[in-house]
Amino acid sequence: MSSFGKAFSSSIGKKVVMGITGLFLILFLIVHCFLNSLIFLNDGGETFNLGAEFMAGNWAIRAGEIVLFIGLILHIVQSARLTYDNQKARPVKYAAYNGSANSKWYSRSMGLLGTLLLIFLVVHLSNFWVVSRFTGIPTHDANNRENLYAVMVESFQNIWIVVLYVLSMISLCYHLLHGFASAFQTMGWNHKKYAPVIKSVGVWYSIIISVLFAAMPIAIYTGLIN
Amino acid sequence: MADINSNIPEGELTQKWTKYRSSVALVNPANKRSIEVIVVGSGLAGASAAATLAEMGYKVKCFCFQDSPRRAHSIAAQGGINAAKNYQNDGDSTYRLFYDTIKGGDYRAREANVYRLAEVSANIIDQCVAQGVPLAREYGGLLDNRSFGGTQVQRTFYAAGQTGQQLLLGAYSALERQIGMGKVEMYTRHEMLEVVKIDGKARGIIARNLITGELERHFGHAVLLASGGYGNVFYLSTNAMGSNVTAAWKAHRQGAFFANPCFTQIHPTCIPVSGDHQSKLTLMSESLRNDGRIWVPKKKDDNRKPTDIPEDERDYYLERRYPAFGNLVPRDVASRAAKERCDAGYGVGASKLAVYLDFAANTERYGRIEATKHGIQNADKATYMRLGREVVKEKYGNLFDMYAQITGEDPYETPMRIYPAVHYTMGGLWVDYNLMTTVPGLYALGEANFSDHGANRLGASALMQGLADGYFVIPYTIGAYLSKEISTKAIPTDHPAFVEAENSVKETLERFLTIKGSRSVDHFHKALGKIMWDKCGMARNEQGLTEAIAEIRALREEFWRDVRVPGSMDEYNPELEKAGRVADFLELGELMCIDALNRKESCGGHFREEYQTEEGEALRDDENFAYAAAWEYLEGVHFNLHKEELKFENIKVAQRSYK
Amino acid sequence: MNLTLKVWRQKNSKSAGKLVDYQVSDISPDMSFLEMFDVLNEQLINKGEEPIVFDHDCREGICGMCSMFINGRPHGPKQGITTCQLHMRSFKDGDTIVVEPWRAAAFPVIKDLATDRSSFDRIIAAGGFISVNTGNAQDANALPIPKSQADAAFEAAACIACGACVATCKNASAMLFVSAKISQLALLPQGQPERYRRVQSMVAQMDAEGFGNCTNTRACEAECPKGISLENIARMNRDYYAAKFVSEEEV
Repeated sequence: MSSFGKAFSSSIGKKVVMGITGLFLILFLIVHCFLNSLIFLNDGGETFNLGAEFMAGNWAIRAGEIVLFIGLILHIVQSARLTYDNQKARPVKYAAYNGSANSKWYSRSMGLLGTLLLIFLVVHLSNFWVVSRFTGIPTHDANNRENLYAVMVESFQNIWIVVLYVLSMISLCYHLLHGFASAFQTMGWNHKKYAPVIKSVGVWYSIIISVLFAAMPIAIYTGLIN
Repeated sequence: MADINSNIPEGELTQKWTKYRSSVALVNPANKRSIEVIVVGSGLAGASAAATLAEMGYKVKCFCFQDSPRRAHSIAAQGGINAAKNYQNDGDSTYRLFYDTIKGGDYRAREANVYRLAEVSANIIDQCVAQGVPLAREYGGLLDNRSFGGTQVQRTFYAAGQTGQQLLLGAYSALERQIGMGKVEMYTRHEMLEVVKIDGKARGIIARNLITGELERHFGHAVLLASGGYGNVFYLSTNAMGSNVTAAWKAHRQGAFFANPCFTQIHPTCIPVSGDHQSKLTLMSESLRNDGRIWVPKKKDDNRKPTDIPEDERDYYLERRYPAFGNLVPRDVASRAAKERCDAGYGVGASKLAVYLDFAANTERYGRIEATKHGIQNADKATYMRLGREVVKEKYGNLFDMYAQITGEDPYETPMRIYPAVHYTMGGLWVDYNLMTTVPGLYALGEANFSDHGANRLGASALMQGLADGYFVIPYTIGAYLSKEISTKAIPTDHPAFVEAENSVKETLERFLTIKGSRSVDHFHKALGKIMWDKCGMARNEQGLTEAIAEIRALREEFWRDVRVPGSMDEYNPELEKAGRVADFLELGELMCIDALNRKESCGGHFREEYQTEEGEALRDDENFAYAAAWEYLEGVHFNLHKEELKFENIKVAQRSYK
Repeated sequence: MNLTLKVWRQKNSKSAGKLVDYQVSDISPDMSFLEMFDVLNEQLINKGEEPIVFDHDCREGICGMCSMFINGRPHGPKQGITTCQLHMRSFKDGDTIVVEPWRAAAFPVIKDLATDRSSFDRIIAAGGFISVNTGNAQDANALPIPKSQADAAFEAAACIACGACVATCKNASAMLFVSAKISQLALLPQGQPERYRRVQSMVAQMDAEGFGNCTNTRACEAECPKGISLENIARMNRDYYAAKFVSEEEV
């Protein structure tokens, strides 16, 4: 095996892939959340559609999208491999295991939370990404831009979609609560002076991102945004 | 008189080792590759010897009964390791360390060995630091020292309260390195059960694989025993549960003399016994005596809380009796003084078998220093105590936690209760200057031998001796023997001597299992321990020892008739292991009493009530007892005394005084 | 106190095991947990049954041999101690206590509660040392080491290799143990020459032993009787990346 092959197939090598892709997805979420939050301007989606057009028309963003998908797939595949390894590392389970005595439940449930997010992603991508990229957005707004905003408003009229989104954002929040600081730890960035900062930034990040995302379907469904 | 030869090199004391080292026969590298050495035990002495011999090129096999060489009981040593480095510029020197050790041992150790020990002590520190042992340092980045009982210089190197652990992990990592390189074959969870002798020389061992129960034969051109001390003969001691005399005792039965078995060290600062269920005693490092003051109430049966007893109603008896050394008198002196107070009715705690070790005075003193450092003036006592507590915590935090854990009391608030407990055994297999026993090719290292501590060991000297023997002594001295063995080919283990040895081990094991008596092994062990502690403990007398010998014989007879060992031979069976160990203790206990009875004097850890000064101090008899008592084992558990006369040519023998 | 114990009994590494119920009575709160087991074993021997095998030796929390998984936690309900330092005053009369061995593929059960932790030794043998033969050392004070660094190395070196980190980790990962040794030597100047070889060979051996991967739940740090910090794992990761992606030395 090549030197890098060996490095990436080691336990720490697998972790670093999780860490890097995780941090990349964290960055992506910031961009995604910022753009979507444009709906809160409540201008009938004008600015939001402008942003969407910019994202769609920019070749660098397009290229980034490919990287994003690769990152996402790596994150998922690698976590599946790690989970498999970890299961194998303890073939006989404990009759009594008191995990809550020493760790947070969500840090022990990243696989479960991640799986929920994966299910959500399938729904989410087919609702928006597939529509905007392949099947085409049916309407245009007053500025003759593709009206992605309208697609969004329409989707969130369905209470079940809204519920799914909100629950998924709760999953996301917990996934991030652990994932944020964990990625830094995996990358080796644990420093007595900075670790507390990373930790609190991570907590705030997780809460703000998830609350904003969850507020979108709720605001649309309840008509706060129209 | 001497029919045993200690092989001390001729010449000036200070030149003996240097000259010997430069002239001892060597084994060339090509021959080393075909010479096999067996090391039993993987503590400081065993691991350092196994690693060093493998580095030199010998083929080494190392055995330990624990699941990893790192678990040997050296790991539990807390306080520190002495070395004549004189880093503190307080007048320390090789000679002074030598002198302190001989005096501390109450003039019952061999001069040449002790001087060599003092000489190599400095190399040990260098070696350990190079291995990455994190010894305590000062802000300037250089090594820190503390003082220890029985000395007036600061020569003790330490790593918080875990010096033994750190030193052992250093030796263990050196050993593992050789294991990884394939130069040492490690046998964990193996117990040595017999020495195999061929033509009078030690040529191998029979070991039992403790997991499968299989008996294995191993050949070696030489066999090194580094199997530790025998303090567990008392059942309750600070030793680990598994510590035992079996390897040494098997060697003894094969002709290795056992020297000074009655020299046992009772450590003054242990946590008192809390009840019948007690399985072992926990030591509180002697380093605590640097900052703790020992006292009992002046009034008998004073049941007030210690913090309620005013200063002038406390008897700081060590400071009173020994103003020069105070709380830092050697262990034997401190232990006996505690026993004296308790026997006189001044003991504290529920059992009345304890004295106080009080940190309040020094906590306050440290607090005042801290306050000065931080520019705090005229603070109240509570502030000083709070500041001082931080300092104490930094120095002894883990020991205080340990105490709180075991007793449920907070030693920062209330004084510790302590009482002496069996800790170390100065006696052991008799060895000559080369560390060879009376069986050619059979060596004993570390606590397993008798050589360096005389009748009492000074604090922080056990680690020094273990590592000295393993790193710096045996690698040279073994050449004297092995250089003559280069033409000896490895003896196949189907040799009749191996077969016979294995059969005898098997018979013994089968015997344990077929008795099917009514009492557990622990029952006998506890009974033996009680006899030993009551009659061969801190104070001994002729009547008690005579009774003890009879009681032990009776107990041994009962053991072989009525012990119950469950399970079988061919499985992991800890009860069977224990049975073997207790059987050996039951013979050793008798020898200890015989030796104590024979030694009609008081010296170091051996205190005969009949022989004391008017002030109750030990009264030596240099005229008649300036010898090491080396006992030969005779068939049917009988013992024959040989004497090695001890000559003191470089030190003036005097009554040991710490006043 | 009277207690009900559910203890894992397993004849040897090849057979299957199960939890077996035992009753113990008149247990003193001052007893240690292992002394309570001594009492139980004495009872079993007197009844002609096989006593329970468990690992223990020093009984003062330093040898690292004792290793019981008590009510779902390694070394029981208290923090910062080993099983032998756990006292019965931490339990109540009438409690039911489940006692299991460490469970990990890399720690196979030998019998009852005793497991084989020799995988730890093999990891150390792979590189957990400084290659200095006896006699090679320079004067101990020739190399000043900042106190903070020496203290940090000491804290990492406090590990007793009991395996509680592996036992409690939901992934049975040994990274706390391995990183503690790597950190101790990486923090000291003496450890620098082999720093990047060491981390590669030790991690490779750790992987070969079949331990799981770290997912940063921090359970190991919380349960470690010696308070070994998770910072060590971060340091190991850093050194590993430097070794694999910067250093040219291949191990």
